[in-house]
Amino acid sequence: MFVCHCGVNIAGVVDVERVAEEMRHYPGVVFSTTYQYMCSDPGQNLIRQKIEEEGLDGVVVAACSPSMHEETFRSVCRDYFSEYRCEMANIREQDSWVHESEEATEKAIKILKATVEKLKGNEDFEPILVPVEKKVLVIGGGIAGIQTALDIADAGYKVILVEKEASIGGHMAQLSETFPTLDCSQCILTPKMVSVSRHPNIKLLAYSEVTEVSGYVGNFEVKIRQKPRYVDVDKCTVCGDCEDACPVVVPNAFEMDREPRKAIYIPFPQAVPSTYTIDRDACLGLAPLTCAECREKCEADAINYDMMPRIIEEKVGAIIIATGYDMYDKSNLVEYGYGDDDDIITSLEFERMLSASGPTGGNIIKPSTGKPPKKVVFIQCAGSRDRQHMPHCSSICCMYTAKHALLYKHHVHDGEAYIFYIDIRATGKGYEEFIANVMEEERINYVRGKVAKIFREGDDIVVWGVDTLTGRKVEVRADLVVLAMALVGKETTRDVAKLFKVAVDEGIFLKEAHPKLKPVEALSRGIYYAGCAQAPKDIPAAVAQASAAASKALALISKDELEKDPLIAVVDEEHCSGCGVCISVCPYGALQRGSDGKAHCIEALCEGCGTCAAACPSNNIEMRNYRDEQIEKMIEVIV
Amino acid sequence: MSFEPKIVAFLCNWCAYAGADMAGTSRIKYPANVVPIRVMCSGRVDPEFVLDAFEKGADGVFIGGCHPGDCHYVSGNYRTRKRVIMMKKLLQEMGINPARLRLEWVSATEGKKFATVIEEFVNEIKELGPSPEGE
Repeated sequence: MFVCHCGVNIAGVVDVERVAEEMRHYPGVVFSTTYQYMCSDPGQNLIRQKIEEEGLDGVVVAACSPSMHEETFRSVCRDYFSEYRCEMANIREQDSWVHESEEATEKAIKILKATVEKLKGNEDFEPILVPVEKKVLVIGGGIAGIQTALDIADAGYKVILVEKEASIGGHMAQLSETFPTLDCSQCILTPKMVSVSRHPNIKLLAYSEVTEVSGYVGNFEVKIRQKPRYVDVDKCTVCGDCEDACPVVVPNAFEMDREPRKAIYIPFPQAVPSTYTIDRDACLGLAPLTCAECREKCEADAINYDMMPRIIEEKVGAIIIATGYDMYDKSNLVEYGYGDDDDIITSLEFERMLSASGPTGGNIIKPSTGKPPKKVVFIQCAGSRDRQHMPHCSSICCMYTAKHALLYKHHVHDGEAYIFYIDIRATGKGYEEFIANVMEEERINYVRGKVAKIFREGDDIVVWGVDTLTGRKVEVRADLVVLAMALVGKETTRDVAKLFKVAVDEGIFLKEAHPKLKPVEALSRGIYYAGCAQAPKDIPAAVAQASAAASKALALISKDELEKDPLIAVVDEEHCSGCGVCISVCPYGALQRGSDGKAHCIEALCEGCGTCAAACPSNNIEMRNYRDEQIEKMIEVIV
Repeated sequence: MSFEPKIVAFLCNWCAYAGADMAGTSRIKYPANVVPIRVMCSGRVDPEFVLDAFEKGADGVFIGGCHPGDCHYVSGNYRTRKRVIMMKKLLQEMGINPARLRLEWVSATEGKKFATVIEEFVNEIKELGPSPEGE
């Protein structure tokens, strides 16, 4: 019995000496001690030393959650005996961190006793070896998905890259210039997009969505639905004749609906795959057939109104989710008047305005008049760091707002820019210098304080706020207001998370296996995260995380065999009555009826959930190392 | 001395147990009356475990699983939901207040929710008093 102090984390609350002392006399315990940091090298050596000296054949480490250090301590014990003779008792996350001293000590003793009882009933098992499919599925073709796909493909492994939209590129394709170096976003992104489309190891499935997944780590089976574009990608020459001929005009989502597009469209000129796509909801050519203007004009004969969705089935060993972010719904910010006024825009709309390929050709205008705005107010934390909206910091807004103000001043030399901010968070490399430069050289008016209200008066947008440094009320009569909207996870990330059984938080960001030490891993093995789907982050962080996820996936699929947990269901075939209840409840089809009419468990298919064991009316199914008897013993010592 | 109920909590490894860890990481305090037993899936919770716990003197039994549709094992939590309905009827028959058995969905991110439901449950059991089985 090794009771960890975890510095003061446990010992500051739980009386560890009393716990160790009490456990010393518990049946089955032959040695009990405490140590400051059991996970440290000396701590691990202490366990080794005592196993040898005391001839221990089982070890309980009372410390943090098993999700944190179970592997650490099991690998220590593996040198001496089966890893299943090592159990962790969680007296930190579920005890010392949530309870007061006396009650925490009492609870720790109960947890330890229950753990000892479980350990006493554990048996030794060898892991089940399963083959690994040496292929990775990447979901999301933004910069994170692109980078992770390229890294894996460059290492010599196959990648399936699935993108929901008509083109890969994600939000980065919408940006003008990137902070703090002011590189043109498209210029650094599009070569990577082209590399994806040309890479022999990457199968790009754009305009597609994953609809089904089954299997387990190393052996996932996925179904992908590719929506029909009604344009043959191989034939389309992107001449644009179809677009000219199309009579239907709808808002262009890529331009934040601030510019029209046709029903047949290419999202942006550098789109990959480079092809036109028919917007099914807008086109008149699809059933009922009333228009065929584009097909008549298409010399390449690329248009096919009868194209059907395609279901593609793939087997992959690992999965990387890089589904990106959305802007917080602007209509929620009623206090900032969004939705009612053309001259109050979001940061992404401003980004498109700055882009040479955007709706204004790179000119900054006051949308209601079309003239250059002489006074612009930028508002940071619009929806972020706000309990009424999203409590989190969106991480990138301080930087891009400084960039926006700088670019604005470069476009409109005699213009005045105001930035309302709560704090300036410029923690990346070269970021602080960039902000300092914007403040000093560009003469931007930084006002520390929140904006209370925005409303229109004639031609002006009136911004009311408070300068919290001087305590004075501030009123700015602006031509244009730009809201640095909060970043939130995509609604579709929720669907993807459900499909892969991973959790999302209130901001729809994916939950990692550990916030510090496993930031790109899901709790389920073989699933990894990259980019803003995990949390808001800037481009360098998204790229770094993408490479991290790629290396994790590579470490997994480069093995020939994976160890599968042997803690599965075992049927007592002698006593099985063959009623079939277990067969009907098993989610994996692992329980099957044999020729003898009795249930049999197929090792490779069983995931060890235990639903069958709970369902068996005659108690003839046991879960390895979670046997009824063990759990009943645990209940006994707890109550 | 005030009544301190003894409660066994079966927490599924993937959601509720991780949610309880999250409560810890976020340092959200809740009563210490509940002692967890980690199971891989809430679907592992055999009705016999619940009866066994009451028989041995538990004042309450808590089962924590993944939200509907989020079960790591596809559908284990749906089985749990059905079994809990059945068990509550059984408890009623046995003269044990069915409110002593509580099923909650707690995701890995819901540390706050875990602490809240545990606190609620402990208070509820305190009001009900000791379980008749335990006496």
